[in-house]
Amino acid sequence: MRDAKIRAAIIGPGNIGTDLLYKLMRSNVVQPVWMVGADPGSVGLDRARQLGIKTTDQGVSDLLPHVKEDRIQLAFDATSASAHKATSDLLTAVGVFVIDLTPAAIGPFCIPPVNLNACLGTGFLNLNMVTCGGQATIPIIAAVSSVQPVEFGEIVATVASKSAGPGTRKNIDEFTRTTASAIERVGGARQGKAIIIINPAEPPLIMRDTVHCLTQAEPDRDRISAAISAMVLEVQRYVPGYRVINGPVFDGKRVSVYLQVEGLGDFLPKYSGNLDIMTAAAVRTGEVIAAELRTSKTAIAGAA
Amino acid sequence: MIQRKILVHDMTLRDGMHPKRHRISLDQMRQVAEGLDAAGVPLIEVSHGDGLGGSSVNYGFPAHTDEEYLNAVIPLMKRAKVSALLIPGIGTVDHLRMARDLGVQTIRVATHCTEADVSEQHIALARSFGMDTVGFLMMAHMAPPAKLVEQIKRMESYGANCVYVTDSAGYMLPADVKQRISAVREAVKPETEVGFHGHHNLAMGVANSIAAVEAGATRIDAAAAGLGAGAGNTPMEILIAVCARMDIETGVDLFKISDVAEDIVVPMMDQPIRVDRDSLTLGFAGVYSTFLLFAKRAEAKYGVQAREILLELGRQGLVGGQEDMIEDTALTIARQRGASL
Repeated sequence: MRDAKIRAAIIGPGNIGTDLLYKLMRSNVVQPVWMVGADPGSVGLDRARQLGIKTTDQGVSDLLPHVKEDRIQLAFDATSASAHKATSDLLTAVGVFVIDLTPAAIGPFCIPPVNLNACLGTGFLNLNMVTCGGQATIPIIAAVSSVQPVEFGEIVATVASKSAGPGTRKNIDEFTRTTASAIERVGGARQGKAIIIINPAEPPLIMRDTVHCLTQAEPDRDRISAAISAMVLEVQRYVPGYRVINGPVFDGKRVSVYLQVEGLGDFLPKYSGNLDIMTAAAVRTGEVIAAELRTSKTAIAGAA
Repeated sequence: MIQRKILVHDMTLRDGMHPKRHRISLDQMRQVAEGLDAAGVPLIEVSHGDGLGGSSVNYGFPAHTDEEYLNAVIPLMKRAKVSALLIPGIGTVDHLRMARDLGVQTIRVATHCTEADVSEQHIALARSFGMDTVGFLMMAHMAPPAKLVEQIKRMESYGANCVYVTDSAGYMLPADVKQRISAVREAVKPETEVGFHGHHNLAMGVANSIAAVEAGATRIDAAAAGLGAGAGNTPMEILIAVCARMDIETGVDLFKISDVAEDIVVPMMDQPIRVDRDSLTLGFAGVYSTFLLFAKRAEAKYGVQAREILLELGRQGLVGGQEDMIEDTALTIARQRGASL
């Protein structure tokens, strides 16, 4: 069984869940098997069924009896923060590793090129993917932090109005809080600040992200530039449309990088790089976990 | 339906933070606020220029925190009430709670004119606190009246008891203001107040404010000596004089407010607040007034004319808060010209 793919369920057949499904269907290490919804009329469930995926419209409790026979070891939750804890508790109790794309953040924050390996050593069966803005910017902050201490790390994420869903809009504070917290905990900045702007321009603008770091001492320009270039290549491994448009700009102790994130256009339109970088980071995380599960039975404590 | 009695809302200590790069001292705050209070200005906004929580690399670090400014001003007020601005995506409900605890009575929750639904949690919370709660639709020239009505009704449904049409770019002409204010006035509940916030980039601040009053607005924003972003806000002392001539009651003493403008605010200015070629470009091209000084600084640093940067920002359809795109745009233009950066 060494070369068999690790089998996965997706919870939430909305836009994010469907984009995840499209990406996972290309994976060499993860095989999507179930799509779980809660609405019999869901077009996302229909779409999944047509792609040969097993579905239920009865929620996670209806998936549980199949976890063992279908050898489900991995789940991606693309529902909502309010539903996440119950979902996660049910799945982790039967040994399923849960990747959380909601803002619930009950498990450790995971930004793949920065701390994915460290996350796997923690023994948690739940990892949180932070926010779209966090996935796009924290790698850069971590790159600067890897060279020298960052006193203040700030990000501005600008997303197209059409790519900002009702969940984000209803609780926009969750974005600012969660992202700021991850800038500190994962990015390594002493203090974090996050700003999100929604822009309705037509045609929709491709996601833009700006990172400002204030370093404690004068910035070491050469080493910071090299660290950022290396990190951008890491992110491009799973988000090919991740680009530096301008920068790094050095202005006193300020280091600014101006980024653009274009999505792959799997299910979501290319301009919504904010959504794509979340699903791509989750898939990347799932693939690394799957590789661990395949090669080392002991790497992830508690895994069934 | 011209209104005979309006409430003027002072912007000197909030929108005026922009031309001061958010560096107004506590003494200046106190002096201006006491002058406004003594002149009879009933409502005074105090916050970072970009609202509570605006302190940042992107918008500028203020000389003092929002808490320090509010604590300096609120205890001194004999009649005036104090308001604060909150832009969701920048500030959060934590800032709202802080402001209420310090004695702020009016909260203004601002969004881009097509994105009102990000204000739900903030408007609902402010209303549950019993605060005077204002929904503030920025860059209102970018949406036709029907769209503004749809968005403003959302804010009203979340609990706003007053809604604003905000000409952040100083782009509108009196007919644009009249059309929008009339449509909104007609659509909201009779008890919901309607307000107008103007910028003077085409020297229309006073004319637009009067057009708003003639169309049913009862709250009008203005700043002493116009201290505000771009070519400034509607100059308060002129508005008061015009209202007096038109028998529109404001409760503000014309000579006292002109003295505040002349003796306190003008000497505070780092540069004259006037319609220069760059602020004129804001009004002409419909660009967020706050971008002015950022574009001037980018011109000095990268050798690309501020006017050219501002026109490009307008062409891209940038909205309030996208200050980061100014340096980015200047860099891109300079690079396209082969400058080595």
